[in-house]
Amino acid sequence: MTSIGTGYDLSASTYSPDGRIFQVEYANKAVENSGTAIGLRVKDGVVLAVEKLVHSKLLVPGANRRIQTIDRHIGMASAGLLADGRKISQLAREEGSKIRKMWREPLTVKALSDRISLGAQAYTLYSSVRPFGVSTIFGGVDKSGPSLYIVEPSGVCLGYHGAAVGKGRQLAKTELEKLKLSELSMREAVMEAARIIYLVHDDNKEKEFELEMTWVGDESNDLHLPVPDDLLEEAKSRAKAALETFE
Amino acid sequence: MDHFPTNWGRPRNDAFDAYATHPIHQRPYNGPKDTFADGVQRTQSGWSITNPFVPSDLVYRQPIVTGSSVLAIKYKDGVMMAADNLASYGSLARFKDVQRLHQVGNYTVIGAGGDMSDFQYIQYILEELSIEEISAQDGHELGPVEIHEYMSQVMYARRSKMNPLWNSLLIAGFKDGKRFLSFVDLLGTTYTASTLATGYGAYIAQPLLRKAVEGKEDIITEEEARKILEDSMRVLFYRDARSLNKFQIATISSAGVSISDSMQLDTTWSFAEDIRGYGAQTQ
Repeated sequence: MTSIGTGYDLSASTYSPDGRIFQVEYANKAVENSGTAIGLRVKDGVVLAVEKLVHSKLLVPGANRRIQTIDRHIGMASAGLLADGRKISQLAREEGSKIRKMWREPLTVKALSDRISLGAQAYTLYSSVRPFGVSTIFGGVDKSGPSLYIVEPSGVCLGYHGAAVGKGRQLAKTELEKLKLSELSMREAVMEAARIIYLVHDDNKEKEFELEMTWVGDESNDLHLPVPDDLLEEAKSRAKAALETFE
Repeated sequence: MDHFPTNWGRPRNDAFDAYATHPIHQRPYNGPKDTFADGVQRTQSGWSITNPFVPSDLVYRQPIVTGSSVLAIKYKDGVMMAADNLASYGSLARFKDVQRLHQVGNYTVIGAGGDMSDFQYIQYILEELSIEEISAQDGHELGPVEIHEYMSQVMYARRSKMNPLWNSLLIAGFKDGKRFLSFVDLLGTTYTASTLATGYGAYIAQPLLRKAVEGKEDIITEEEARKILEDSMRVLFYRDARSLNKFQIATISSAGVSISDSMQLDTTWSFAEDIRGYGAQTQ
């Protein structure tokens, strides 16, 4: 961070002499400080999982959810500033409502993430705003089948088979690459997702975390729903077991 | 001067137009008036018909493509609702495969008589409402009680804006072990009973339903309830000129909501030959 103090990092509307926008990079730092969020696009659906770091024992279990429902068939997991994630979900729901009003059909994940990315990009242009401090994973099942997209603070929007953002994304990506995602079933994906979240958490043992997991696809009747409790518990215990053999 | 011949009245000399061929399309009318219907239909705000650029509070509003009766009864395990598949254009049987029963959430069915485009709008606002509730993820789900309250407020708000949604709605549901059945109309009027009917069915089928159901709500089985509704739909098909022998039945019970495929009514018309007084018979 030799650039600190040069003055080029004070505004998103100014490039540094070597062509970077520091505010966007700082926004990415905010993302990196947050618990990992992953998404798996598999054969018949999408699974989203989040390592939600619990910063206080006084919090009610299940509070401050980081996976949200956008529409019946679309879910969203965010990594970064929680409140920015909520703003993104609000924008996304409004978009769903607009599309439904104009076209009388549910919006697609692609159209949604494209649209949200335009908003995110606009926030990299002006000195009066700061870029969103979140990377957002949009997952859902629409007329084109299961889809998974990430929108980054820079406004970049890309589709993935396996997506990982947040603190443990590097390790999560390596693990995701080992899987044959397009051949997995949703249930298998739930097991893998839990395993990966437990694995990437291992490095910072000091903090408690909650595993948040939802899915959309055949198993959930194409609705974005939390993974059923019994399956979640099974996934957790398997993940813990896998962790011991991994080490 | 008034340039509309319609308003000039009839010629003084009756001999001038003995066969009433004079182009007076609207004659002064002194018969009984339906003040209520006139009041509701005439005082809508909107655009003048004679000059579409002038706003007017005297536009004549009316339903265009309409559905007729919806019937619903409570029975042992829940609530059952029936409506035929017809959407009429005036007296023309215009659309014969229209579904007038609509599921909202996991516990509720809403059935509509009256203007079908207004009903489609109602389906749209309820879809928006459902998605808003789903995305809240607060563990609460919309039940029939909430949908009924919401619809009654929407209907009353619209009538208060002098622009009603031209429907009679039945709302039936089953949630938390409780049956629910209620009525809302274009004025925001609500009531509830163990048998309900809209449209022509309110006159023809309601007495039949009451006789079959009242006092026996906890005894009638699913098969019996189905039979009662089928029989009432048959009577309606015989007597209501805006009905069809193709209909659907929605069952709402602890097992959830199920809306049947379209069913055909079996009817007998052999008696028609015996009817004298009009038609082809000469004696």
